[in-house]
Amino acid sequence: MLKQIEGSHAMAEAIALCRPEVICAYPITPQTHIVEGLSEMVRDGHLRGCEFINVESEFAALSVAIGSSAAGARTYTATASQGLLFMMEAVYNASGLGLPIVMTLGNRAIGAPINIWNDHSDAMSVRDAGWIMLFAETNQEAVDLHIQAFKLAEELSCPVMVNVDGFILTHAVERVDIPDQAQVDAFLPPFDPVQVLDPANPVSMGAMVGPDAFMEVRYLSHHKQMQALDRIPEIAAAFKERFGRDSGGLIRCYRCDDADTIVVAMGSVVGTLKDMVDDRRDAGDRIGVISIGAFRPFPLDEVRHALMGARRVVVLEKALAVGMGGILASHIRMALRGHPTKVYTLIAGLGGRPILKPSLNAFMDRVEAEPHYDVHFLDLREDIVEAEIARMAAERRSGPIAENVLRRVAATAQTTL
Amino acid sequence: MNQMTNQTVKFYQTGTLTVGNRLLDPGQRTVQASEERANAITCGHRACQGCGEALGARYAIDAALKAAEGNLICVNATGCLEVFTTPYPETSWQVAWMHSLFGNAAAVAAGVAAAQRVKGRDHVRVVAQGGDGGTTDIGFGCLSGMFERNDDVLYICYDNEAYMNTGVQRSSATPGGARTATTPAVGDAPGNVFGTGKNVPLIAMAHNIPYVATASVADLHDLEAKVTRAMGIRGARYIHIMVPCPLGWGSASHDTIRLARLAIESGLFPLFEAEHGMVTASRPIRRKVPVTDYLKPQKRFAHLFKPDNPHGAAALARLQAQADENCRRFNLLRAAEEGK
Ligand SMILES: Cc1ncc(C[n+]2csc(CCOP(=O)(O)OP(=O)(O)O)c2C)c(N)n1
Ligand code: SF4
Repeated sequence: MLKQIEGSHAMAEAIALCRPEVICAYPITPQTHIVEGLSEMVRDGHLRGCEFINVESEFAALSVAIGSSAAGARTYTATASQGLLFMMEAVYNASGLGLPIVMTLGNRAIGAPINIWNDHSDAMSVRDAGWIMLFAETNQEAVDLHIQAFKLAEELSCPVMVNVDGFILTHAVERVDIPDQAQVDAFLPPFDPVQVLDPANPVSMGAMVGPDAFMEVRYLSHHKQMQALDRIPEIAAAFKERFGRDSGGLIRCYRCDDADTIVVAMGSVVGTLKDMVDDRRDAGDRIGVISIGAFRPFPLDEVRHALMGARRVVVLEKALAVGMGGILASHIRMALRGHPTKVYTLIAGLGGRPILKPSLNAFMDRVEAEPHYDVHFLDLREDIVEAEIARMAAERRSGPIAENVLRRVAATAQTTL
Repeated sequence: MNQMTNQTVKFYQTGTLTVGNRLLDPGQRTVQASEERANAITCGHRACQGCGEALGARYAIDAALKAAEGNLICVNATGCLEVFTTPYPETSWQVAWMHSLFGNAAAVAAGVAAAQRVKGRDHVRVVAQGGDGGTTDIGFGCLSGMFERNDDVLYICYDNEAYMNTGVQRSSATPGGARTATTPAVGDAPGNVFGTGKNVPLIAMAHNIPYVATASVADLHDLEAKVTRAMGIRGARYIHIMVPCPLGWGSASHDTIRLARLAIESGLFPLFEAEHGMVTASRPIRRKVPVTDYLKPQKRFAHLFKPDNPHGAAALARLQAQADENCRRFNLLRAAEEGK
């Protein structure tokens, strides 16, 4: 049914349609509306046969989820940013134990300085934890990906994280098609765990494993993710067949066929990039955009294939490997190893900084004019960082960096008023 | 009872105070007195000789299994018990058992309990267990959350008064004056600094949960009775069991039970039960012994007994004062008084 609805509520409705049996979450912006919606549905009887557990921390939230999933209940949780880091130990544990928990990550920057706005720092901090990581471009896709996520998780017995850009998706009111229960039931069978805590058939789960077997266990995790490279497109195809929509998949290409330049990105910024591509195409620029739908497993082959014809690739990413540079860009370079294609890293939107078309266009022009360009920070206030670097070099007791920067931002704002 | 946990087992115990006493009336015999008992932890685990924790866990979980008629799931925090029982690919557990992390046993158990509720398997019961480190320190937040929600979980803490698995470091349950790897008795330093420690049984009571008890491997009848009692109740329950650790305490393997008994008889480890925040029973001490009887056989307190330690006598006096305070608080000496 088509609805004008807030992204979070649309996701909550989709998750409810998947008939979770245990939901356990701890509030953190911008994930709150999703779990509030779910708790209301559990309370008012709309979501029958489900327990909503209120816990004292994110660490407990995922720990409860680990217990309920291991005991055979379909389990859901959601978090963001600091919350994800607070549950970090359990994040690795859930995947190591092969528990098909589905978690929404309302992507948000990580402090300090504390910042509630969107970027992908949180997701990137767990990129090697063994979870399948899907990224939604729109709220429609966020809805659809959750339904696919439960199927994927339970087929592979592996946790799946659905990444949705905080605020940009979670708090945006959009037109979304919410499937009906019969459609979802036909797509997603009841959870049939591959291993379960059962007194009638007792097993020991989570045993101590030494050097003789640990590497094999890790290898098998990797193997599972490689299987997901096949299952993700298959599930997306099955989804399309039943729901009539293209949603999910490993990567999605937009106007890439004859493109010289391809921009690669993840999440909601792809919408802006598609607009930019359309504008530049109108101006005669042969440009396209690729949206990475699955960051884990990383679809190296698909990406290589899709980028093969391009002369240059611009990777726009909303995270930074401090001391190294781009994270997604390093993946793209890996996909293109052995090819002369030039890869540019564009770090953008950290801590919610708007990613605007004029800035993107200016950057694209510059890339064409100055091909030696490599890592670039979109709309970085270079005057301010240079002044701060100079001041830090001059005075040892410089005070909190963020405060100094903000003071200077205020000062420059005043002079330009 | 399911067949996996049910096997004929031999008796190890003899004597009047032991659990396996077949001279008792069948009605009074305990779980361990039955050859048909579920053997939760089988032999083959790697615990040290004389490990109080291995003993405590076997008696506690066997009793819980009996009370639950075999329908039990155990969750285990990281620590000696987890490590010595599950060297992959072997396991000593004959019961559905799961280890996740050091600090989350209470929360994982809460999740297991939630799954039983939604699946309509209310007959399946859940026990979480961990050492004092996993309980009083790193897992304390999750434990308090589990108490506050009154989750249907029995949490058992095996208190050996330090982090034994990582090589005997101090926990918040380590007594004042005890030497550990992180509270060394160097020069004038007294070992662990004196304080009250973190008294989780009392903190559990402050959560108003239905049942809290302390127990000891020195009194296995009592331990079993408390576990059985706890299993008869729904909601959050907590049992704190003292389990001497020969390795960490620097005591002889054959002294485990004797030391546990001296801890009770000196007043240092009071045995009591509480319901909904009120103490309902305590076990009286018939013949109180000085704390030094208990402390002296343990190397972790040896520095307090050195004549050239200027603080030794004061430290011993403080431990004695703590024991005396316990006697007053829990009215432990009433039997001795009545006998007068
Ligand atoms: C987050 C985390 N920190 C530290 C450890 C290391 N560690 C494993 S067991 C343990 C101590 C366990 O002590 P306790 O809970 O008292 O149980 P015991 O071994 O004494 O039975 C520690 C510190 C860990 N596994 N995880
Ligand atoms: S170190 Fe202590 S608790 Fe651990 S196995 Fe040995 S005796 Fe038991």
